[in-house]
Amino acid sequence: MNHLEVNGLVKRFGGLLATDHVDLALARGEIHAVIGPNGAGKTTLINQLSGEILPDAGRIVFDGQDLTGLPPHRRAMAGLGRSFQITSVFNDFTVLQNAALAVQAHAGHSFRFWRPAAAERELTEPALAALAQVGLAERAHTPVSVLAHGERRQLEIAMVLATGAKCLLLDEPMAGMSPTESEAVVALLRKLKGEHTILLVEHDMDAVFALADRVTVLVYGRPIASGTPEQIRNHPEVREAYLGEEAH
Amino acid sequence: MAERTPAAARLFAIVLLAGLALVPLLAAWLGQPFWVTLFTRILIFALAAMGLNLVLGFGAMVSFGHAMYLGIGAYAVGILSYHGVDNGLVQLMVALVVGAVVALAVGAICLRTSGMAFIMITLAFAQMLYFLAVSLREYGGDDGMQLKGRSLLGPLDLNNSTVLYYLAYALVLLVLFAFWRLVHARFGMVLRGCRSNPRRMAAMGFPTLRYKLSAYVISALVCVLAGMLMANLTRFVAPSYMAWTVSGELIVMTVLGGLGTLIGPIAGATALLLVEEALSSLKLGIPWLDTVINQHWLALIGIFIVLVVLVLKQGIYGWLVAKKP
Repeated sequence: MNHLEVNGLVKRFGGLLATDHVDLALARGEIHAVIGPNGAGKTTLINQLSGEILPDAGRIVFDGQDLTGLPPHRRAMAGLGRSFQITSVFNDFTVLQNAALAVQAHAGHSFRFWRPAAAERELTEPALAALAQVGLAERAHTPVSVLAHGERRQLEIAMVLATGAKCLLLDEPMAGMSPTESEAVVALLRKLKGEHTILLVEHDMDAVFALADRVTVLVYGRPIASGTPEQIRNHPEVREAYLGEEAH
Repeated sequence: MAERTPAAARLFAIVLLAGLALVPLLAAWLGQPFWVTLFTRILIFALAAMGLNLVLGFGAMVSFGHAMYLGIGAYAVGILSYHGVDNGLVQLMVALVVGAVVALAVGAICLRTSGMAFIMITLAFAQMLYFLAVSLREYGGDDGMQLKGRSLLGPLDLNNSTVLYYLAYALVLLVLFAFWRLVHARFGMVLRGCRSNPRRMAAMGFPTLRYKLSAYVISALVCVLAGMLMANLTRFVAPSYMAWTVSGELIVMTVLGGLGTLIGPIAGATALLLVEEALSSLKLGIPWLDTVINQHWLALIGIFIVLVVLVLKQGIYGWLVAKKP
């Protein structure tokens, strides 16, 4: 059974078909990359999977459960975690507080009024572990507001991991990172592969072809090709429509 | 902006709270019994502003209708006392239950909106309650009604103004301590997370509505307490307690003191009410100037608020706790 399955997803914004009958099937533990030119509807697709916008038609099935009409927090609780293309963290918290809050979302209810959250090792330990995974452990007590761009992107990933999500929807995790930082993320994703099912939206083609088990190419909301990196690399329509001169 | 150490903020908090503790003693010593009444009023508004601050400052929910909960507290005392129930604990129970039921219902509706719509809908509910109070002919209608006496609270004789003062003071301290625990506990982290980035909160799996609603109810109940004290202080209840201007004043106090800080609302309430008092009864000995000031003190308060908000962007106390960016 596929871990995440999308059937006939359609989203219209007025006259614009942002998502045009998209089908996706992610096997457990694989990395499935979604690529496409700007405006191809990649983020719109992720927003529909995470529940921030509802599709006009189609079905989203995760772990055998139909998520199509559920609000974002229910999907997150089901084990579907997302990161944001534009870093979306808690600017008035420290790095550790950010990650700990992500852990807290999945550590029972939060109707606890007395004990300081910072003293709950149940929250801070998994948070520190997630930070260590992305290489931010040393910055745990730094306020997020003073982090460098690359570090904020790392925190963005750490927060998804800290929720304990089994399926990660990563929206351009390497956007704006330095080559060294990108390499670290590639190494991290390679480690996560197998334990996590990952839907990866990314512009960095080297990273995509290095990591992905399968690649789907979106153009104007429509998947024009889907297959292994090798098949995509040699797909004529893809070369023409998207990779163009970038293809080597 | 100059860097301020949190030590300065802590000192400010201690001085403020210690100063408030000494008011009745100073008033007796200097033969100014009126001070006790004035400062009881300040404490009551501080309490209400602290309540509002939980949603406004920590949750970024701009409620423009919190005076309605002052009104519920005040009318619970007034109406029960009118019917001969002057046991303070009974009044407290009834006030809290009514306050919680109203806050749950109002909050559940209002929190489906946000931003300007939230401001307007909270205002609308407060106005509804205001006009409901006006329509209560039996209880004085528009004119309000005099209370036969203050609440009976076991060994505490609330007719003694010093006792009433310290009761209000104790409640301020109690709520301050409880909120200090709350904002650092899981619940507070969720609330502050919702203020900072509601989208991320949902994406991480928090059902934010129920936490915001709980904060709204807690906040309302603190205002209900303040309203009960208010009825006892003035021995009078009237719809004017829940006029929209009162809701506005609570917002001003909170912002003035420092949004999202624990001490801020106390500082804000103290500053605003003292300036009000000073300007409205100022006697400089220059007759024309005194007249101008005493008649137009509201406008002068406006200038005061504008200055504080412009110069100390995070409010009086917020300015003290502000750390280097």
